Amino acid sequence: MKPEELEVKAAAELAKQQAMEVRLVCCSSTGCQSSGAADIVARLKADLAAKGLEGKVQVGGTGCMGLCSKGPLVRMTSKAHEDILFSEMTPDLATRLVDEVIAPIAGGEKLDDPVGALGAHVVDLHAAFFAMQERVVLSNNGHADPEKLADYLVHGGYQGLRKALSMSAEEICQEVLASGLRGRGGAGYPTGLKWDFARRMQSDVKYVICNGDEGDPGAFMDRSVLEGDPHAVLEGMMIAARAMNATNGVFYIRAEYPLAVDRIEKAIRQARQAGLVGRNILNSGWSFDFDVRLGAGAFVCGEETALIASVEGKRGTPRPRPPFPSVKGLWDKPSCVNNVETLANVPRILLKGAEWFAAKGTEKSKGTKVFALTGKIAHNGLVEVPMGITIREIVETIGGGTGTDRKVKGVQTGGPSGGMIPESQFDTPISYEHLQQLGSMMGSGGLIVIDDHDSVVELARFYLDFCVDESCGKCAPCRIGGTQMLHLLDKIVAGDGTEEDIANIRMIAQAMQKGSLCALGQTAPNPVLSALKHFSSEFTERLKKPVAAEA
Amino acid sequence: MSEDSVVEDIESEVEEAPEDEIIVLAQKWKRKRGSLIMALHELQGRLGYVPRESAMKLGREMGVPLANIYEVLTFYNYFKLESPGKYIISVCTGTACHIKGSPKLLHGIEDELGIKEGESTPDGEYHLQGVRCLGCCGLAPLASVNGKVYGKQDVTNAHGLLEQVGHDQPMHVAAEAADAE
Amino acid sequence: MTDMINATINGVPVEVAPGTTILDAARKAHVKIPTLCKHPDLEATGACGICIVKVNNTGKMLRSCCTPIDDGMDILTETPEIVEVRRGVLELTLSRHPNECLTCLRNQNCELQALAADFGMTGSELPSVVPDLPLDTSTRSIVLDPRKCVLCGRCITVCQQHQNVWALSFLNRGFKTRIAAAGDIPLADSPCVRCGQCSAHCPTGAIVEYDETVDVWNRLQDPDAYCVVQIAPAVRVAVGEAFGFPMGANLTGKIYASLRRMGFKAVFDTNFGADLTIIEEAAEFKSRLLEGTGALPLITSCCPGWVDFMEKFHGDMIDHFSSCKSPHEMVGVLSKTYYAEKMGIDPARIFVVSVMPCTAKKSEIIRSKEMSSSGYQDVDVSLTTREFARMIKQSGIDFVGIPEEQPDHMLGAYTGAGTIFGATGGVMEAALRTAHYYVTGEDAPRVDFEMTRGLKGVKEGKLTVAGKEIRVAVAHGLANVEQVLEKVRTAREAGEELPYHFIEVMACAGGCVGGGGQPYGATNELRTKRAAGLYQEDQAGLWRCSHHNPYIKELYADFLGDIGSHKAHDLLHTGYQVLPEYKR
Ligand SMILES: Cc1cc2nc3c(=O)[nH]c(=O)nc-3n(C[C@H](O)[C@H](O)[C@H](O)COP(=O)(O)O)c2cc1C
Ligand code: SF4
Ligand code: SF4
Ligand code: SF4
Ligand code: SF4
Ligand code: SF4
Ligand code: SF4
Ligand code: SF4
Ligand code: SF4
Ligand code: FES
Ligand code: FES
Ligand code: FES
Ligand code: FES
Repeated sequence: MKPEELEVKAAAELAKQQAMEVRLVCCSSTGCQSSGAADIVARLKADLAAKGLEGKVQVGGTGCMGLCSKGPLVRMTSKAHEDILFSEMTPDLATRLVDEVIAPIAGGEKLDDPVGALGAHVVDLHAAFFAMQERVVLSNNGHADPEKLADYLVHGGYQGLRKALSMSAEEICQEVLASGLRGRGGAGYPTGLKWDFARRMQSDVKYVICNGDEGDPGAFMDRSVLEGDPHAVLEGMMIAARAMNATNGVFYIRAEYPLAVDRIEKAIRQARQAGLVGRNILNSGWSFDFDVRLGAGAFVCGEETALIASVEGKRGTPRPRPPFPSVKGLWDKPSCVNNVETLANVPRILLKGAEWFAAKGTEKSKGTKVFALTGKIAHNGLVEVPMGITIREIVETIGGGTGTDRKVKGVQTGGPSGGMIPESQFDTPISYEHLQQLGSMMGSGGLIVIDDHDSVVELARFYLDFCVDESCGKCAPCRIGGTQMLHLLDKIVAGDGTEEDIANIRMIAQAMQKGSLCALGQTAPNPVLSALKHFSSEFTERLKKPVAAEA
Repeated sequence: MSEDSVVEDIESEVEEAPEDEIIVLAQKWKRKRGSLIMALHELQGRLGYVPRESAMKLGREMGVPLANIYEVLTFYNYFKLESPGKYIISVCTGTACHIKGSPKLLHGIEDELGIKEGESTPDGEYHLQGVRCLGCCGLAPLASVNGKVYGKQDVTNAHGLLEQVGHDQPMHVAAEAADAE
Repeated sequence: MTDMINATINGVPVEVAPGTTILDAARKAHVKIPTLCKHPDLEATGACGICIVKVNNTGKMLRSCCTPIDDGMDILTETPEIVEVRRGVLELTLSRHPNECLTCLRNQNCELQALAADFGMTGSELPSVVPDLPLDTSTRSIVLDPRKCVLCGRCITVCQQHQNVWALSFLNRGFKTRIAAAGDIPLADSPCVRCGQCSAHCPTGAIVEYDETVDVWNRLQDPDAYCVVQIAPAVRVAVGEAFGFPMGANLTGKIYASLRRMGFKAVFDTNFGADLTIIEEAAEFKSRLLEGTGALPLITSCCPGWVDFMEKFHGDMIDHFSSCKSPHEMVGVLSKTYYAEKMGIDPARIFVVSVMPCTAKKSEIIRSKEMSSSGYQDVDVSLTTREFARMIKQSGIDFVGIPEEQPDHMLGAYTGAGTIFGATGGVMEAALRTAHYYVTGEDAPRVDFEMTRGLKGVKEGKLTVAGKEIRVAVAHGLANVEQVLEKVRTAREAGEELPYHFIEVMACAGGCVGGGGQPYGATNELRTKRAAGLYQEDQAGLWRCSHHNPYIKELYADFLGDIGSHKAHDLLHTGYQVLPEYKR
């Protein structure tokens, strides 16, 4: 395909869409699929066909809109009315929607009340949940159909790549560095710097690897991006490849995400057919292709060196760094591992420029961040907010608090590597540095809210149990330390703990933090330590009462 | 015999070979470096687990030592060395589901089936397992049966879940359907 | 030197070559950093976490064994913080380890025990979390005790990467990780070739030799048993390490003396058997070369680890194998025939003990029915050098002071050619000396064939004998064999000129001097020094070619008849069969 054809294709698709009286997009991500999205789409199509409206009403799928708990969601776009979002749809409601709303609109009517009897199912798109979000990575979710390349093109797809093809590798690195984009996989390392290291390496073969392992339990940002906007990740990887002269791309996606795998494979096929992937991409003479590999249920494989071992078909055990993957990675070749969300930001940065991106966020944390808001919260789901927004704004304004008469006690960020942030600290702005100061971390973006009925001790135990279960077992501090610490926490949870047990927890924590080989073991004590720091009374209350004191 | 027909003969042999699917599978993945895990996924996808004889055969065909295969099989939670049963019930034990009560759901099903997590019922019908986050935390707590996700399962639903399942497709039918695609 | 790295360790400046680890740089600065999982032979994995140090510039704690030192690094190795972390890690490690030192074969010779002693570890408040895992004694060559395993991974690296056998692996993950034979079966059913390299590299008592010293002591006490013993070439230059002798010290005379004091009635030397092997093998080579009586290249078969490996993985090479038994088997069978006859002893009473650098020999003695061609099991027990050292200690013998003695010459006198069998390339060199004589009728002008010596994984060379070019290859460490055999196969299939006429293979790196039953701590430095001890003896000896050994001539004249006679064939040769890699 020639570069100009991108616009031609996009224009054709846009014209087709604009010719429609009504467009309906139904969320086709895992969450809504499990609540029956496929039945809704089938019913809509059948009813529209019965009324002979196929030519005027388009029905399509789209990526997760963030309100999975209220799925299946259907978004209606029409010329005459503002967009309307319908939640908790059923096939019967779909029939009523066609009968009472769509048919008249498609017939050219402008309704006074375009929702009619479905009023109870309408989600207010002006409410804080949506209004306070700023969507970059998720901008296509809720609009474009992830299974259609043309729809991605309509939304500026592959224009970033086109621009990158006209730049030198160094210029691309500089652009991304200037944007201030930092890795969304947890560590927050500047993406442009990382690419530049890989760029400087001389090698016949180099790899760009997309880390789609997303093992943090309670986080599903990357799944939503992979399922909802697969071409954006593809494009991001190709730009990354240009930035470091990489020759091959590898997707590593956890096996628990079959739909994400499916979508990525489909996107690769489509792009290859369109000449966007494969040989002589966009007539540039450059060739690049992808491989897709599945995880197999091991959290530690999110760690980059373990991930590389897994791609090589081995046990996913981390190895010492240095050498870093950018020097010696997959098959001993220079490799760059990037997170899904990091990569999805890239096409937008190339397209709109580094300044546009750098204008969002705080001094050191630029852009937006996607969070998976779950736990004891009224509006749980996926949100994308600018960096620098406060935790309180996310939890209370966007999330609507607990939604029950219980009080929010705190929020866990950073998953099993992170920590508990008490409600008293909620006015802290979201940024890599601020969260770290609080003894937690950004992590990949899980935000789990607990209320005053939840026990911090038990939650800390839960996370530790997770890390013990997921420890690869290679190094002694993590393998044995985690198990011993878990025994001690069990003792405390059972009411048999003593002050010495807490002292031993601290001793083990130090050995793990400083003696473990990879970040899993190094950070595994964090939830316990942060709970001890912010909620120490919850521990002491649980300790065994000294018998002597009673006498 | 012309050269062409020799080629055809070879091709038709390959066509017939699929009766030994492991050989075909091994041939396919062998060409891609480091693809042992992908081959094991495919094998387990067909058989529901990885029996020892199959692992051995796969190893021989792919030129991978059995030790290597077992290192991998026992490292990754996803792989099973024993037949799990017809319905694999997975209860999410991720954080979001945990907070929303998945331990109770898990225990409810345990009681109902009379087995513990990680076990199968004696009749080979059900296998119960805890899994880490299925990525639908918004619908917590969550369970899945043979890969199909069921959201917002409150505790009392343990029974309901099983009932739903009883009408679902048995696993091998589902696998065949997937293959046919 | 422009690109040297300059850094400081505890304030002391060091200058080292790029790529040097912090650990090695520290050694240069006379700073000792404790380690557990790192073995000088093997690539560091960073498993134990004991060797952490602090990089003062960044505040980072790093593993010194696997981190290259960088320009300008300011490294601290011994602050209270570092010591506290190391102690914590060690305390955790010990909580998952049984405290069984007093009844452990590694007692006083254990890296973990030494570490605990260095740290002055006293009690711990952590409960013991040792899992209940069974021993694997199935091979009767080595014993696995996964409870004592610290999961350093050394054995696995050796078995998989250096030996390419893949008998051992990690199973499971996290706290449940353990070592086990491939696919969780008894080791004896796995491809294990019994080389014992895993045991030689283990820092603890988790893999040890199958101990048979008690059996030997019992026989020595038994008035009805007539115990004879032989020592392998490589034993004499290694056993001294257990008694404070310098590396490579040759202690043959002291060993003979000690064995007599233990109660052995006759003390033989496997070097004699090595000479005999050469006589038979060189004859075999000559007839294959000149008369085309068998396949070329001829491949040596005196290493049982290699024989097992070939039978399991390279069955197509059987025809190339020399049919000669290994030297100690030859001495064994002759003890119960030739010696018994000459001395008028009922062979049923004779109990043959071999002292070997090798764990594979423990299995070799029952490998096939030809190992009993005397009518009895030819060798009754094969001990390793490590077991032998323990027996000396148990016997109360002052090994350091004991005066040297001579062997019983009938099966104990030997030439330098027999001695060098213990080092990689030695068999080849010895065979070339005698083959030259067989082919040309005269001794080679120079008997040193340097091309076969040294620690390069595969050594190749050629020489011209009677106008004929002979190409040879020497491989040691089983992972190095593949490339040699592949060359042979490729040439064979293409119908081309064979790349070699004669190949020597030893399973262990360095040959038997680096054997799996040798004292611990083998590094290339140690292997080189042990080998040097053997080459020195060869150099200084009266006879340097096997065919010069007068006792061998006597053996043929009095007992065997001609070289390659029927009797020689029955007693000194064996056959091979293709074996499955897995018994189940
Ligand atoms: C135990 C562990 C799990 C991790 N899991 C993930 C993950 O699921 N996804 C991810 O992108 N990064 C994960 N990381 C971080 C990666 O190692 C790596 O830093 C990241 O993929 C780099 O991409 P980025 O620079 O775009 O953030 C994990 C790290 C550790 C130590
Ligand atoms: S810290 Fe834990 S997960 Fe990381 S290498 Fe060590 S044992 Fe494995
Ligand atoms: S830091 Fe760890 S890996 Fe390195 S030498 Fe010490 S114990 Fe071994
Ligand atoms: S392995 Fe070492 S530390 Fe363990 S019991 Fe044996 S001697 Fe003691
Ligand atoms: S060191 Fe201690 S435990 Fe060991 S034998 Fe002596 S007294 Fe007993
Ligand atoms: S004896 Fe040799 S082959 Fe057997 S497990 Fe040990 S290293 Fe592997
Ligand atoms: S058996 Fe020995 S060498 Fe092997 S992992 Fe365990 S401690 Fe290390
Ligand atoms: S390989 Fe070594 S130990 Fe084995 S028979 Fe030959 S010389 Fe003796
Ligand atoms: S090289 Fe020597 S010590 Fe090693 S297995 Fe062979 S004969 Fe035994
Ligand atoms: S999955 Fe449909 S809104 Fe999230
Ligand atoms: S925690 Fe259950 S789906 Fe994420
Ligand atoms: S000695 Fe290197 S980490 Fe164990
Ligand atoms: S018996 Fe050889 S030193 Fe080997």
